[in-house]
Amino acid sequence: MSSLRRYFKQLIGYPTAILGLLLIFILIGVAAYTIVTIPYERAIDLWRGHEESWVENPRNARPKWVNYFREGQLPETLVMSTQDPEATKLEQDLDGIRLVTSTLSFDYHYDDFPSEIILFFTSSAEEQRPFVVTTWILPDGRRLETEAQALASEQRVYLSLDNRVRRALGQTPAETGLFSDQDGELLKGTYQLEIQGYLFEDSSDFDAKLVVYGKVHGWAGTDHMRRDLMVALMWGAPLALAFGLLAALGSTIATFIISAIGAWYGGWVDALIQRITEVNLILPVMPVLIMVGTLYSRSIWTMLGMVILLSIFGGGIKTYRSVFLQIKTAPYMDAARAYGASNMRLIFRYVIPRMIPVLIPSFITSIPSFVFLEASLALLGLGDPTLPTWGKLLQDAFSNGAIFKGHYYWVLEPAVLLMITGLSFAMVGFALDRIFNPRLRGL
Amino acid sequence: MRNGVLLSVRDLHTWFEMRRLGFFHVGYVRAVDGVSFDLRRGECLAIVGESGCGKSTLIRTILALETPSKGEVIFENRLVSGIEPRHIKWYRSQVGYVQQDPYAALPPFMTIRQILDEPLRINGIPSKREREWRIKQALTEMKLTPVEDFLHKFPHMLSGGQQQRVVLARARILNPKLLVADEPISMLDASVRVEVLQLLRRTQEELDLAAIYVTHDLSTVRHFSERIFVMYGAQVVEQATTSELLEHPSHPYTQALLDAIAEPDAENARRMRVVPAGDPPSLLRPPPGCRFFERCPHAMEGLCENEEPPDFVLSRFHRVKCWLYQDEKVLSADERAEKEIS
Amino acid sequence: MLRVEDLVVHYRTRAGTVQAVDGVSFSLGKGRTLAVLGESGCGKSSLGRGLLRLLPRNVKTYSGSIFIGDLDTMALGNHRYRRDVRWQRLALVPQAAMNTLNPVLKVGYQVAEPLLVHRQVNHKSEAFKKVSGLFSLLGLSSDFLNRYAFELSGGMRQRVAIAMALIADPDVVILDEPTSALDLLTQANIMNVLKQIKKDMGMTFIFITHDVGTASELADDVAVMYAGEIVELARAGDFYTNPRHPYSEKLMASVPTLREEKELQFIAGQPPSLINPPVGCRFAARCHKRLPQCAEQEPPMVNVDRGSQVKCWLYQQSDALIGGGENEERRSSFGA
Repeated sequence: MSSLRRYFKQLIGYPTAILGLLLIFILIGVAAYTIVTIPYERAIDLWRGHEESWVENPRNARPKWVNYFREGQLPETLVMSTQDPEATKLEQDLDGIRLVTSTLSFDYHYDDFPSEIILFFTSSAEEQRPFVVTTWILPDGRRLETEAQALASEQRVYLSLDNRVRRALGQTPAETGLFSDQDGELLKGTYQLEIQGYLFEDSSDFDAKLVVYGKVHGWAGTDHMRRDLMVALMWGAPLALAFGLLAALGSTIATFIISAIGAWYGGWVDALIQRITEVNLILPVMPVLIMVGTLYSRSIWTMLGMVILLSIFGGGIKTYRSVFLQIKTAPYMDAARAYGASNMRLIFRYVIPRMIPVLIPSFITSIPSFVFLEASLALLGLGDPTLPTWGKLLQDAFSNGAIFKGHYYWVLEPAVLLMITGLSFAMVGFALDRIFNPRLRGL
Repeated sequence: MRNGVLLSVRDLHTWFEMRRLGFFHVGYVRAVDGVSFDLRRGECLAIVGESGCGKSTLIRTILALETPSKGEVIFENRLVSGIEPRHIKWYRSQVGYVQQDPYAALPPFMTIRQILDEPLRINGIPSKREREWRIKQALTEMKLTPVEDFLHKFPHMLSGGQQQRVVLARARILNPKLLVADEPISMLDASVRVEVLQLLRRTQEELDLAAIYVTHDLSTVRHFSERIFVMYGAQVVEQATTSELLEHPSHPYTQALLDAIAEPDAENARRMRVVPAGDPPSLLRPPPGCRFFERCPHAMEGLCENEEPPDFVLSRFHRVKCWLYQDEKVLSADERAEKEIS
Repeated sequence: MLRVEDLVVHYRTRAGTVQAVDGVSFSLGKGRTLAVLGESGCGKSSLGRGLLRLLPRNVKTYSGSIFIGDLDTMALGNHRYRRDVRWQRLALVPQAAMNTLNPVLKVGYQVAEPLLVHRQVNHKSEAFKKVSGLFSLLGLSSDFLNRYAFELSGGMRQRVAIAMALIADPDVVILDEPTSALDLLTQANIMNVLKQIKKDMGMTFIFITHDVGTASELADDVAVMYAGEIVELARAGDFYTNPRHPYSEKLMASVPTLREEKELQFIAGQPPSLINPPVGCRFAARCHKRLPQCAEQEPPMVNVDRGSQVKCWLYQQSDALIGGGENEERRSSFGA
């Protein structure tokens, strides 16, 4: 164990390794935190994108912090509901028909137009549905009335599709028109929405919620299904780490065992393993994975299994075998046999301690390659469709034309996280390599 | 023990199979091709030869690290060659092995204490106190003092000479009866060689060990052994007592070896040495006759190249495998059986 | 022919500065062989490589003068040095040279390469003719021109390495342990080859080795190195009969001899670390003839009779000092 401390001390001597370790630490921290705060089941549920979870998020919104770098402030989402304490509610009786007038008001001081405006109605009635007319009141006093509607128990009204609004605004889309003055310039100030609801039954009632969707949301922005990207970015960490670690562990151990068997027994066993390896090295990994993914299953476990299987008989076998052969023929092995060490003892007390310094650097440097492999598979559309991984984010971004539409954050965020993960493991791995392989030290 | 013989090697042949691509049989590398001798406690035997002559394979076969293809190795009247490893565990504690490269002979990831502890643990010395005591004892005998300084060090922290002394300590820690040393000083510096050689000699004398000392450097044998075997092409071509061999080298190869030794003398620069040209024979396809034929200055056409010479007896302890002495007596099978060396 | 003054080669390592070569001076006359004797860690390999300016990346100090004839090679820039001096005036046969042959090139080509690189010949065929001639001088048949390294035995490969050093007709060839990895008979063969070259080509050699016996096969002069310094410099005849420095004495006493009965001696302890060499004489701690001042003051190199030099307080006489401005003329040289 004191040798562990020795190695650690040497590792600290490399500044890149310190940085790498720090980043890995942060990644693990994020992963742990994510798993605790958003448990797995919930995350999958959220990511399925049921409209109810995300309905109050804008689509394709940029991260909140871009506003720090802009002159004009992009709007955030505003939600006003008749259930708010500030909302006013007036009730009038008109010959048995109750007229309930609610007014929702808000201040709009941003420098850009909202992305969407949606009115959500919920109502309860036994037979006769309530009737509703809304009026949009701008700060300069102009009023715009919408069409009257009958309300179902749950109804959404898209003001941009309302006929009267469209007639009034002409070519200008509602989001712009409803927020600009006579000259078409953005109008800041207090806006009001007056809702007049006609209720025909004593027990019927309604509630309205006005959502003025902004263009920024959260720390990471949102995607085309209004999902907050933070969930996927955060959950991507444990998924990437888990996949990378399991794949690296599985393939390293399997490669180790197989090359050990070959080197130990020699003869035709060794020759067979080497020939299999050579054939496998020529096989392209990606196409095989694509075949499996397309024809069989895209579940993450299947992919993980296939990846490990294909990498077992890879270049690692050749490297480990040569180290094994060196160890096997090392004079101290002979000496140990000469003083009576059994094969078991030789393996556990002599070979393995000598092998571990060789295994560890290649284990660590292989982790990012598996992380990237998973991301590449996801990008090709072969990722697990249910899991919110970084690769999945990239795939969504590309299939929705993120770059063409200017939603750069959607692509950059997962890409940067992938790079950081890869870099941090690589830095630590290379530093370890230099420690365990003194001949590289001069570099 | 028959006549007090500790180790008996009888007609030992160790051949290695050569295969191409791991599958196709090509032939046999005949690393040891007919070696026999007896060794008693307290006796020191030197085996001299160049690389590729089979001496390392010979001692590895004696150490039961290789299985002979023919012949036997018998220790204290029990067969040890070709036996399953678990049945010769008793033999392991009786033999000490000192190798050529001191650094490679020590596991680099173990401390000196652990290195010396291993043979003790494997051979069932349960008491920790006794092991500790034995380890300290071994280090002290090898003059690696103060002992505490060395116990926790790793091999790479020691000099070559110190490493070899640890190897020697490890070889004697189980109180063996036989010591096998394969070129123990050839990788050490000149000024350190003597010290290690003296320690080897002292160990052998103190514990009354039978010793086999393999070397390519003839000039050291006088200081270590009473008998010499000269090996060439996987066979023993001459064997005699040390003084006899150095005074009356009989085999042309032995003569060539002795002539080739450069001792510190400024006159050497003024004259050329007489050295046979060429290389040692292939052990894969050894020639049918005498293996030294191609390089021998006294080769006799027709005889030497076609027929392998038997062992001719020159004196009680001196035998040569060379047709030059065909007038001498040949060692018969009976005499071989009751061969005794004092 | 070759004159080295105060050569210093220091390396930077994690543990500190390794003072591998710490002020080495000697002269070597044309056609003579200087044997540099020393054990592992004394800096003799660094000396060999330093003479050829083959320095690793972590070199810290490289200073002194190396005169070949009248040319001070230290004054040349790296580019000119590579173009004009290295391999053409000074060549090296490195340690275990037989293992440094390129396995994928034919040996004939490898030996011809220096000629082609330095454009000493006009055409490839000229180069190969020269290689062929050199091979036969070294006892290699000309079919070896087209063989690969793995097809040759150790002795043959060593001869190829020697050919590679000789091919560009250098003035001085440095041999670093040319025979240590070889069998006894092969060793003797190679030494014969070197003797032949010395006689026929009048080649000047620097022979670096730890083997006192083998060195005597070729040496006209002997320099003994210890802990980065030369502690004794003498003609071979004098050295082998009467070594002066206590270290040299012990070294001679530790060589086992076949023909004469002698009591072998060894030197207790280890050479000092080159990272922090001790104050005073570096051999003081292990010296059997130590004087009180040895551990405090470093002895200067002094002349003793018949042109030998020793770095030892035992031989200190004030008017025999070497070095320092006013004593320049007193510097002894060997048949230069």
